[in-house]
Amino acid sequence: MNTKTVNHKAWWLVAPVVVLVAFNAVIPLMTVVNYSVQETFGENVFFFEGVKWFEQILRSPRFHESLQRSLLFTAIVLAIEVPLGVAIALTMPRKGPWVSVCLVLMAMPLLIPWNVVGAMWNILALPDIGLLGHTLNAIGIDYNFTRQPLSAWATLIAMDVWHWTSLVVLLAYAGLSAIPDAYYQAAKIDGASRWAVFRYIQLPKMKRVLTIAILLRFMDSFMIYTEAIVVTGGGPGNSTTVLSIDLVKVALGQFDLGPAAAMSLIYFLIILLLSWIFYTVMTKDEQS
Amino acid sequence: MKRYAWLVPALYIVFVLLPIYWLLNMSFKTTNEILGSFTLWPQEFTLDNYRKIFTDPTWYRGYLNSISYVVINTVLSVTVALPAAYAFSRYRFLGDKHLFFWLLTNRMAPPAVFALPFFQLYSAIGLFDTRLAVALAHCLFNIPLAVWILEGFMSSVPKELDETAFVDGYPFWRFFVRIFIPTIAAGIGVAAFFCFMFSWVELLLAKTLTAVDAKPIAATMTRTASTSGYELGLLAAAGALTIVPGAFVIYFVRNYIAKGFALGRV
Repeated sequence: MNTKTVNHKAWWLVAPVVVLVAFNAVIPLMTVVNYSVQETFGENVFFFEGVKWFEQILRSPRFHESLQRSLLFTAIVLAIEVPLGVAIALTMPRKGPWVSVCLVLMAMPLLIPWNVVGAMWNILALPDIGLLGHTLNAIGIDYNFTRQPLSAWATLIAMDVWHWTSLVVLLAYAGLSAIPDAYYQAAKIDGASRWAVFRYIQLPKMKRVLTIAILLRFMDSFMIYTEAIVVTGGGPGNSTTVLSIDLVKVALGQFDLGPAAAMSLIYFLIILLLSWIFYTVMTKDEQS
Repeated sequence: MKRYAWLVPALYIVFVLLPIYWLLNMSFKTTNEILGSFTLWPQEFTLDNYRKIFTDPTWYRGYLNSISYVVINTVLSVTVALPAAYAFSRYRFLGDKHLFFWLLTNRMAPPAVFALPFFQLYSAIGLFDTRLAVALAHCLFNIPLAVWILEGFMSSVPKELDETAFVDGYPFWRFFVRIFIPTIAAGIGVAAFFCFMFSWVELLLAKTLTAVDAKPIAATMTRTASTSGYELGLLAAAGALTIVPGAFVIYFVRNYIAKGFALGRV
C-alpha cells in the first residue's frame, strides 16, 4: 500500500483542519498547562508554583479513589459490552428485511443526547414509580439507587450497557459481513465445528473492527460524565464520583484553577497512555 | 441451539426498547398520575406535555438552537475534512503520520478537561452564548472523526481514477468536486451521520458555552428538572422529542452505518 506520492504541498489541503482543531485544542491545552503551574488568589494575580499541584494531586487519596472508580467502571463495562456485542452480532440475521429493522432499532440509544439517556434511566429506575425500580422491589430485591452504592453502580453499568453495546454490535457486524461465503463453505467441507469457525474465521476477521470498538469504548467510558451526573450525581456520598465528575466539581464548582488544571493534564495523559498500550497490544501481531 | 439463536438479538432489542417505552409512557401521563401510582400505560392519556413544549418559546427555542449548531458543525466538519482526508489517503508529506495521530488524540480528550478553558477562550473572542461557539467547539472531536472515516472510504477508491482525470486535463478542484466527491458520497453520508450524532448527544461543552440565547434543548431540560419542581411528564416529553431527529437521520443511513468505522484505519 506504499504507493503514495510524496507531495509536501498537501499541507495546503490539511491546513483548514489543522487551524480549526489547533484553535480548539492547542489554546485551551496551553491555558490548562499555564494554570497547572500557578497559584491564584483571585483578581488575576498568579504566582508560579512549579509542580506543586501535580505532587499534591498524585498524593491525594481523593484522586486515587476517583481514578480507581473510573478504572473499575471501564473494566466492568468493557467486560460486558464486548462479548455481548459480539454474541449479538453473531446471532443477527445476515440477509433479509430483518437486518435493517435490527440495525435501526439497535442504533437508537446511540443517538439520544447523553443527559436524556441519564434522565430516561433515572425515570426507569425510580424505586416507587419506575418500571425497573418498582419491579425489582416488588420481587423482593431491596433496590434504591439514591441510597445504596451497590444499586447506584448496578444502574450506571446497566445504563452504559444499554447505551453503548449497540456500537460494538454495529462494528462487529460490519466485520462479519466482510467475510466471503466461500470461507464458510470451506469450513463446512472440512467439517469444522461452530467454535472452530468462530475462532479461526470470524474472530480474526473481526479483529480490526473490534480494536476500534474497544478503543472507542475505553475512551468514552473512561470519560463518562453527563449520563452519570444525571442519574446519580456522583452519589450516594462519593460512591459513583468517577474522574470526570470529580474534575468538574473541582474546576467549575470550587474554581480551584491550579489543581483542576493539573488534574486535567494527569487525566488526559492517563487516557493517552492506556489507549496507546491497548493499541500496541492489540495490533502487535499485525506488525510482526 | 441454532434454532433459538434469534432470541439473542430479539431479547437485546426488547432491552433497548424498554427504557424508550417507559419514557414515552411517562410523557403521555399527567403529573398527578405519575406521582400518584405505578401504571404500565397511561390511564388518562394526555398530550399536554407536548403542547407545552411546542407553545413555550423557552422550550422550542432549545430545539432550534440544538439543531442549528449541530447542522453548522456537521457541514463545517465534513467540508474541511474532505480535502484533508484526501491528502492523507493520497499523499505522503512532512509529518503526515504525526499529524494524523495528533488529530486522533483530540478525540481522546475528555470534554471535562476542556470545559473551563473553552469558556474563557470563547468569552475572550466574544462568541460566548452563540450557536457558532458550540459548533466550533464540537469541531474538536468531530473533525478528527470525519477525517478518520473519510480517509478510510477514500483509500478504497483506486488511485487510477485520479490519474485518469489528471491525464484528461481536469484541474484539481474540478476533479475533486465533480468526480471524486460523488464517488465517495456514501462515505460523506456516514461521516456526516457520525458528526451529527456526536454533536447532538454532547452536552457538557454545549452547556458550558451557552447561557440564555443559544441554550441547547438538553440544557433547558436539566434546568427545568431543578427549578420548576418535579415535572417528570414534561421532562419525558422533551426527552422523547430529542430522539426524533436521530431516528430520522439513522433511517436514511441504515445501510451504511456499520461500514463507517469498518473501513477506517486505526
